[in-house]
Amino acid sequence: MNDLPPIPLPAEGVDTGSPPAGGSMPLDGPALGRPGGGAMIELKAIRKAFNQGRPNEFWALNGIDLTIEAKKVTAFQGPSGSGKTTLLTIVGCLARPTSGRVRLAEDDISGLPERFLTGIRRSTFGFVFQQFNLVKGLSALENVMLPAFPTGRPHRELRSHAESLLDRLKLAHRREARVEWLSGGEQQRVAIARALVNDPQVLIADEPTANLDTALSREFMGILESLNAEGRTVILTSHDPLVVESAAVHRVVSMRDGQLVEN
Amino acid sequence: MNASIEKQRHLIDFTLASLARRKTKNLGLLLVYTLLVFVLASVSLYTHALRQEAARVLERSPEIILQRMVAGRHDLIPPGYLERIGRIRGVQTIEGRLWGYYYDPVVKANYTFMAPAAEAVRPGTLTVGPAVARSRGLAPGNTISFRAYSGKLFAFTVAGVLPHASELVSADLVLMGEADFRAFFDYPAGHHTDIALSVANPLEVRTVAAKLAAALPDSRPILREEVLRTYASVFDWREGIVLALLSAAIFAFAILAWEKASGLSAEEKREIGILKAIGWETGDVIKMKLWEGGLVSLTAFLAGFVAAYLQVFRLGAPLFEPVLKGWAVLYPRFELVPAIDGLQVATLFFFTVFPYMAAVLVPIWRTAITDPDSAMRS
Ligand SMILES: Nc1ncnc2c1ncn2[C@@H]1O[C@H](COP(=O)(O)OP(=O)(O)O)[C@@H](O)[C@H]1O
Ligand SMILES: [Mg+2]
Repeated sequence: MNDLPPIPLPAEGVDTGSPPAGGSMPLDGPALGRPGGGAMIELKAIRKAFNQGRPNEFWALNGIDLTIEAKKVTAFQGPSGSGKTTLLTIVGCLARPTSGRVRLAEDDISGLPERFLTGIRRSTFGFVFQQFNLVKGLSALENVMLPAFPTGRPHRELRSHAESLLDRLKLAHRREARVEWLSGGEQQRVAIARALVNDPQVLIADEPTANLDTALSREFMGILESLNAEGRTVILTSHDPLVVESAAVHRVVSMRDGQLVEN
Repeated sequence: MNASIEKQRHLIDFTLASLARRKTKNLGLLLVYTLLVFVLASVSLYTHALRQEAARVLERSPEIILQRMVAGRHDLIPPGYLERIGRIRGVQTIEGRLWGYYYDPVVKANYTFMAPAAEAVRPGTLTVGPAVARSRGLAPGNTISFRAYSGKLFAFTVAGVLPHASELVSADLVLMGEADFRAFFDYPAGHHTDIALSVANPLEVRTVAAKLAAALPDSRPILREEVLRTYASVFDWREGIVLALLSAAIFAFAILAWEKASGLSAEEKREIGILKAIGWETGDVIKMKLWEGGLVSLTAFLAGFVAAYLQVFRLGAPLFEPVLKGWAVLYPRFELVPAIDGLQVATLFFFTVFPYMAAVLVPIWRTAITDPDSAMRS
């Protein structure tokens, strides 16, 4: 396994006393989704099968050992079908590995029941899906507020928070528009705002530039950089050179056939 | 504010937004649902009110009515019969009654003319039932004339209008003095229409009836309890017919509701996947679905029930009258006294809201197995 190459820390990186990049540094503070906790993610011998035990059994992930550093931007690249998306679902607690262990900030979360995984997912991860996956028929603002509903955050407070997020993503003027009326770039920014509404430590984006032109892709990378500068961990997949060669990306991990390959 | 209350508020907000998004589907469903509740509630309210009316009628009617039969037909009681009955143990009062039907060609309705023994109506005056007063536009002090079967015209002054309390009993009543009654119908002096006997102890009614039959072999005692049974069976039978007709409609609704409520469209499935991916628990999705079902079914129930109430008690149940009220053609139009039975409402609620909620909740197992990672793969 590739042990981490030294990564230059961004000069303006928010320094909360996190140790320099390295394999397995101890983390301070309470784990599981406390902001500023600097939750590092460790994957140990992760394997994931689809249709296990059936004739069409397929191993999408085949022994992944990896540490994803906190407060860094990590990109997965690799051919279509290499298991990038599957790996993201496991990292983001959307799915459980068939075998292997996932540790989030020192805590083994592999065996946790669904309810807890949902809680972790809600508070620790924000997702920007490839197809954005906004809920049609609702306004941009309503979409942004959705992930916070189960938290019972007071409506007024939640609303103004969502408005400020849209504002920050330069969408204030579109917040009452139904999402299906928005352009691709606008939809993605709504999706980013939605991913941020619960103030997650980790942002996960699957093929974020696949549906964007060059200008919008650059804009996205800019947003991503500023989010990382706030101290958020960013994990994304892409085979877009504009992404993987970007200075905003600290580390590129290559995959093939469900395994990591040396760069 | 409490976080869990706030959370419910969010869920309701989302539910309302969701319902609004699928406007045509939900409005159509709501309409059919409301209509079903309306029809069922109408039948239920109507028959209940009729039963109440009947009970009120019978409450005040004597335990035994004695009719004289001639050639198998009801005939007048000739003078001397009351005396021939004499004293029978257990009988509290014996009273010869005077009543008859009068067809009013003006409004094409039958009235019951009666000369009450208990309260005396002054000669030349009438006390009329509310339906008569309504159809002929009468108020106390007005004058009205009726043409008797003999062809003679009789003018009366309206002394009063009977209270509304039980319209089925009193709606078509016209009370008059005995002398007026006999004159109007050319009723032979000393004759009565029938004889009413009140018996205090219900256990003695049959013994009294047997003694009456023995004393007056040409007469027929009619017992209140028998009338009661006949009424009940008539109502049950009619209600049964209506419900049988309705069961087809109910069945159709059940299928529709089941399909609409339990069939998750691909779009809804996708949404549930998204909601779960962004941090909604299965429980949150279920609660949202519960709110959805609850809002739809409660709205339909309330709207349908209120509409049924208005139809039955304000508009005179125009939809069911022909089926449910056999004598409607004979009667002047009457208004039922509003009567709501809690148990009946509960039954109706159970049979309309409960199946719908069940239909809404069934797909929950499907939402539960919708993996959150499906959102990543759409
Ligand atoms: N739900 C599923 N059932 C069966 N096979 C799946 C499922 N999801 C993904 N796969 C398979 O797993 C492999 C990896 O998929 P994925 O992680 O989406 O790859 P990538 O994102 O790198 O294109 C593919 O061959 C895909 O067909
Ligand atoms: Mg993929």
